[in-house]
Amino acid sequence: MANAPSIPVWKKLDAGPVPTTTRRHPVVVVGAGPVGLTVALDLARYGHPVVVLGKFDFIAAGSKAICFSKRTLDIWGRLGVARPMIDKGVIWNVGKVFWGDATEPVYQFDMLPVKNQQHPGFINLQQYYAEDLLLAALKECPGADIRFGHDVTGLRQQSGQVELDVASGGSAYTLAAEYVIACDGNKSRIRDLMRLDFDGRVFEENFLIADIKIEESRPLERWFWFDPPFNRGQSALLHKQPDNVWRLDFQLGWNVDRQACTDPAFVDPLVRGMLGPDIRYAPEWYSVYTFQCRRMKRFVHDRVIFAGDSAHLVSPFGARGCNGGVADADNLVWKLDLILRGEAPATLLETYNDEAITTADENILNSSRSTDFLTPKTPASRALRDAVLSLARHHPFARPFVNSGRLSTPVSYPQSPLVTADVPGETWAGVAPGSPALDAPLGSGWLLDRLGGRFVLLTNGYRGEWPPGVDLVDLADEGTGAALAIERFDLTPGAACLLRPDQYVAARWRRPTRGAIEAALSRARGLV
Amino acid sequence: MTDALKTEPNILRPDEVYARLVGLHEGLSDEESHRASAALVLLLANHIGDEAVIFAAIAAARRQLRPGT
Repeated sequence: MANAPSIPVWKKLDAGPVPTTTRRHPVVVVGAGPVGLTVALDLARYGHPVVVLGKFDFIAAGSKAICFSKRTLDIWGRLGVARPMIDKGVIWNVGKVFWGDATEPVYQFDMLPVKNQQHPGFINLQQYYAEDLLLAALKECPGADIRFGHDVTGLRQQSGQVELDVASGGSAYTLAAEYVIACDGNKSRIRDLMRLDFDGRVFEENFLIADIKIEESRPLERWFWFDPPFNRGQSALLHKQPDNVWRLDFQLGWNVDRQACTDPAFVDPLVRGMLGPDIRYAPEWYSVYTFQCRRMKRFVHDRVIFAGDSAHLVSPFGARGCNGGVADADNLVWKLDLILRGEAPATLLETYNDEAITTADENILNSSRSTDFLTPKTPASRALRDAVLSLARHHPFARPFVNSGRLSTPVSYPQSPLVTADVPGETWAGVAPGSPALDAPLGSGWLLDRLGGRFVLLTNGYRGEWPPGVDLVDLADEGTGAALAIERFDLTPGAACLLRPDQYVAARWRRPTRGAIEAALSRARGLV
Repeated sequence: MTDALKTEPNILRPDEVYARLVGLHEGLSDEESHRASAALVLLLANHIGDEAVIFAAIAAARRQLRPGT
């Protein structure tokens, strides 16, 4: 097994055996975190054999992602794993923002889930639960070959395939793949082996992440502090997780002694400063998290494709790290599926590069702006920040300026080459081309469940023909049970929209024709 | 770009308004003054609301110190 004494074990797994035969695999996923497991599960559900290489033979405990967005739940819903995540997770709605010594919040906001959708706005769930549930679903898939404790040590791209050298339990073997998906995290081995690096703005901040167990009950609220008395000049965050575990984040600044900051003697006054001198708690895990806001210049390198933290890094405020990585998986897999089936050209992957970079850049932009608000760099920017906070107490207009992290929302790609623009002269409300479908009640179930992972022509009574490779979902058949779905897509009688397998709108028409649908389908498959 | 921003005289009693602007800072420390100016900018920016006007004003304010940036 891989030797990792510094990483806490949540659940031991059986190390996969070293294979005795050599054959070429269509896809090898490197990394068994939430992103790698989502990629593998999605591929396996499309019927592709997939090998997953996990460096360690355990699911790690410790402080990692905890906040999963509605979009991530919609994606996991498509893969059949959202329900147990929500059942285990904590749903939260109220956020409070504190500033300085005041014990009353500067303001509070309601993060009420968007009404009439199957999934809540956010759940909090320890990453190891998410990984465990994804893994359980993956193990049910016949084509999944999961190898824990298999560490990649070498990589060569040649003659239409990728060769990986893999070490496991003292032996070594070589693996050939048509495609390698590198979901191996921030310190990606694949990125290093290919001598690639992150580009762009380097910004470093350190946070102490303290997960502690508290027996007494507290409100299920996200509390955020600017410049609190217990962490002067810095910020802090308090968030609930399942099992009475709370996530406490303390901003530390630059140039800190990382080891000293996880000493219980250092952490205890911070915990008591935040939660009161008499709080009774048990430490779960303390770590110092150093983040940067950066990304790779390209995510697609011939047959090696990067997704998640291996490709881009953001600050933790806004829950844009793991949710951004799951969005990568969602964007990538249907394209890879079509390519492996020979239904789309390999150049379709270039649109993964474009669309995933659009998402990463939006996440990095939001994350950088939050960081600038949290940590003003000049006296003038501090004056602006403090003016916003003091105005926010009495003037509602200032509250939208308060930036304690802009929570992850799905990114739209109106400019993507896969999108067909609206017919000139047609006016539309509703979900626009290049944006993800919005859920709505449908009969006794939900719209997104009906869409699944395929091309769908969603219509309100279109009676014409449509091309093969597209399934029809006709809301006119649903009677009054489809009213909200019709409204959310602005589908007047006879109108239709074409949805991609990742449930993004590719095109829409007031008066569709077979020819127009066929052209939009070709465009969405990268054939134009 | 500056079309959106009024730069012709638009205030009836300029001396009165100017005196009030100076008066805002009376008795304040430098740090408080900074924050008072920032608060005033935020209040006025919200009142104006129109992004084009706000961005033109920001550009005009910067240009008189650093032309061309």
